[in-house]
Amino acid sequence: MVQKLPRKDVAIVGLGWTGSILANELTDEGLDVVAIERGPWRDTATDFPISYAQDELRYRLQHELFLRPSQISVTFRNNARQTALPVRNWGAFMLGNGVGGAGIHWNAETWRFLPSDFVLRSHLTQRYGANFLPQDMTIQDWGVTFDDLEPHYDAFEYLCGTSGRAGNLKGAIQEGGNPFEGPRSRAYPTPPQKQGFGHALFAKAAQELGYKPFPQPSGNLSQSYTNPLGVTLGQCTYCGFCEWFGCANYSKASPQTTILPVLTRKSNFEARTECEVTRVNLDRSRKMATGVTYVNGSGEEFEQPADLVILCGFQLFNVQLLLLSGVGTPYDPNTGRGQIGRNFTHQTLSTALGFFDKDKFNFNPFVASGAIGMCIDEFNGDNFDHGPLGFVGGGYLGQVQTNGRPIENMELPPGTPAWGTQWKQALRDNYLSTLNCGAGVHASFYSYRDNYIDLDPTYKDRFGRPLARLTIDFHDNELKMSAWLTDKYAEIVKQMGARQVVEKPRKGPYDVTQYQTSHINGGAIMGDNPGNSALNRYLQSWDVPNLFVQGATAFPQNAGYNPTGTVGALALWSAAAIRSQYLKNPGPLVHA
Amino acid sequence: MNRRKLLGSSAVVLLVLRSRSLRAAIVKGGLPWRPGAADPPAAVTPDGWKFFTSQEAAAVEAFVDRLIPPDPQTPGGKDCGCAVFIDRQLAGPPGRYDGYYMSGPFQDGTKQQGPQSPVTPAQQYRKALLALDSACRAKFANKSFADLSDRQKDDVIKGLEDGSLELDGTDAKKFFELILKDTQQGFLADPIYGGNRGMAAWKMIGFPGAHYDYRDWIDRHNQRVTLPPVGIADHPNWSL
Repeated sequence: MVQKLPRKDVAIVGLGWTGSILANELTDEGLDVVAIERGPWRDTATDFPISYAQDELRYRLQHELFLRPSQISVTFRNNARQTALPVRNWGAFMLGNGVGGAGIHWNAETWRFLPSDFVLRSHLTQRYGANFLPQDMTIQDWGVTFDDLEPHYDAFEYLCGTSGRAGNLKGAIQEGGNPFEGPRSRAYPTPPQKQGFGHALFAKAAQELGYKPFPQPSGNLSQSYTNPLGVTLGQCTYCGFCEWFGCANYSKASPQTTILPVLTRKSNFEARTECEVTRVNLDRSRKMATGVTYVNGSGEEFEQPADLVILCGFQLFNVQLLLLSGVGTPYDPNTGRGQIGRNFTHQTLSTALGFFDKDKFNFNPFVASGAIGMCIDEFNGDNFDHGPLGFVGGGYLGQVQTNGRPIENMELPPGTPAWGTQWKQALRDNYLSTLNCGAGVHASFYSYRDNYIDLDPTYKDRFGRPLARLTIDFHDNELKMSAWLTDKYAEIVKQMGARQVVEKPRKGPYDVTQYQTSHINGGAIMGDNPGNSALNRYLQSWDVPNLFVQGATAFPQNAGYNPTGTVGALALWSAAAIRSQYLKNPGPLVHA
Repeated sequence: MNRRKLLGSSAVVLLVLRSRSLRAAIVKGGLPWRPGAADPPAAVTPDGWKFFTSQEAAAVEAFVDRLIPPDPQTPGGKDCGCAVFIDRQLAGPPGRYDGYYMSGPFQDGTKQQGPQSPVTPAQQYRKALLALDSACRAKFANKSFADLSDRQKDDVIKGLEDGSLELDGTDAKKFFELILKDTQQGFLADPIYGGNRGMAAWKMIGFPGAHYDYRDWIDRHNQRVTLPPVGIADHPNWSL
């Protein structure tokens, strides 16, 4: 028996970064907003307090703060000839759970994409010619530009208190910042974080090789900061338990530390936790959403009518919900038609391990933060000439090692036995003097015709709904790029003084057990017309105009940066369009 | 009151507070907060085996002490409590694959699709340890694994590692990988879980443990951190 609830102005599905942003913006407009969240309420004092948050086994290896696959998982295969099988325990990416979403466990690396990233197909075609791109590569322009988003990037950084050094202030290149970044309207709200020995040594080596190193923009704050909502964050203590963990010190920007203390006090906001939305309801015409249906923690089913529905779940769950609800047309990789599920991408990570002389180098790898590090951007996006290289895309290279958590840091020189006396001695000898930076090369993953999401024919979730099926593999372009970038990275590690450098370029096939950041993207992408996208430039569904879809779901392809800065900017851009345009005249904001 | 006592005494209260019905289902009007709602880990006490039989425990203690042998500076896997760690993990949620997606059908896929077996770690240990002793008795004059010489034990472990020694009814190489992973985790995890006794492993590698403030150290490049290691519950300086 479904209980029908009183109507709300806005129903938000998922209370992570984008849900918190949209709820805060739309309650400011006076709207009555309900956020429906699958996971539990989470807060610092109860879920990751300072007295026991530094627990590698519990949080890193046993995934305490994450969604559990027993609740909902996905299936995976490399290509359509294989039978997809369920992901029984997370590996390649991690999925947040509960209020705060991935904003709790992220590193807080807060990047902007390059201006050229937003017009990628036009830019590359103009520079190298249309034939330079692989035939099956389906990259496209976003329909929104860097200049459109700049004020919203700025607003997100000031919401978070991001620590960094500007590289381009209104067109003037700044010493010590990233000279390749798009022009920013003002400096970061707080100065960069301090750097550890390994990070500083990387910067010195990069400089010696002629590069321009700069501190990674960090949402772990260099100093305490009060944001425009009046919420105060504390100074980061470099505890080395950041990503995969919640911050016990109120120093990492998250919905909890930037928005929720204000949002939850508003009388026109309500959050319902441990309530899982099972579908978006459409009217008979299938052109309007009437609300959502959800199941609470006791298994009771509710219908929540709403005038405006905003999907703010994690990337792949937004796509799954669209498919289950019959919004738009599912993508067909054989014909290339249909928009829901296409252009599914991830990130291309690689690294080079550095083994240093233990009598001369002591990195204290445990003194770090989630977004600490020194980076170079010479090889990101189209900052370098791809003409002679035969691939497109790139990434930042950095010494961004975030921790010395012992179980994660058992990398030993090749040839060391896996156990026994020699293993033990090697662990003793190498722990403090090894550079083990898994995300040293943080590179793009462009979109292809045969990488997509649909519904699995066999495997179901606890409600009997089909799981999302991920079909994804690396293509030659990304593997070639990874090999080339990893060589460049290894040169810098060598220059730092490593006695042994072990290159680990990304190899195919895509492996769902190998962690590669949680930056999965696409599936309901934005664009300039309904023939090439599911969403318009304001993240509004082309098919159902009172439905908006937030998050990296909308990325047509992934750039060589961490996505959250862009996710936050897009959410604020979309919220501004709803406030200034949609509410005055509900309907399509872009006419097809 | 030291922290271990605190953790112990609050455990009973927490069992009550953690029930689902008391979770805030509707949040309105401010941040929900209740005292005592945190969920600290329960400290393992070395009071007998919770999962292993005494025969299994003897085999595992012998095994972990060859994977991580004692040396003059640092105890081996046995004295570090690695077998106790594994025992408590197997008796608890990780031993059951709690939280894993366990709906069928189960079928083998490619390496890239990840493990697809419905057999839990607890079941794998039970089967493999029985088969391990059988294999040893057949090969070494009716001796169990624990009764072998160090060299013989090492030969058996190498056989499991390289696939030359098979175990009846279970995948020997997969079992080797499982027990190696678990042993290393027990060695290096916080001592509250039963391994890394006395923070021996952390002292060996130079990891100071569960500190949360290194602001005094971030600028001290290339200097060894001299702070004594701390665990979540074990350090004498923790007190209230």
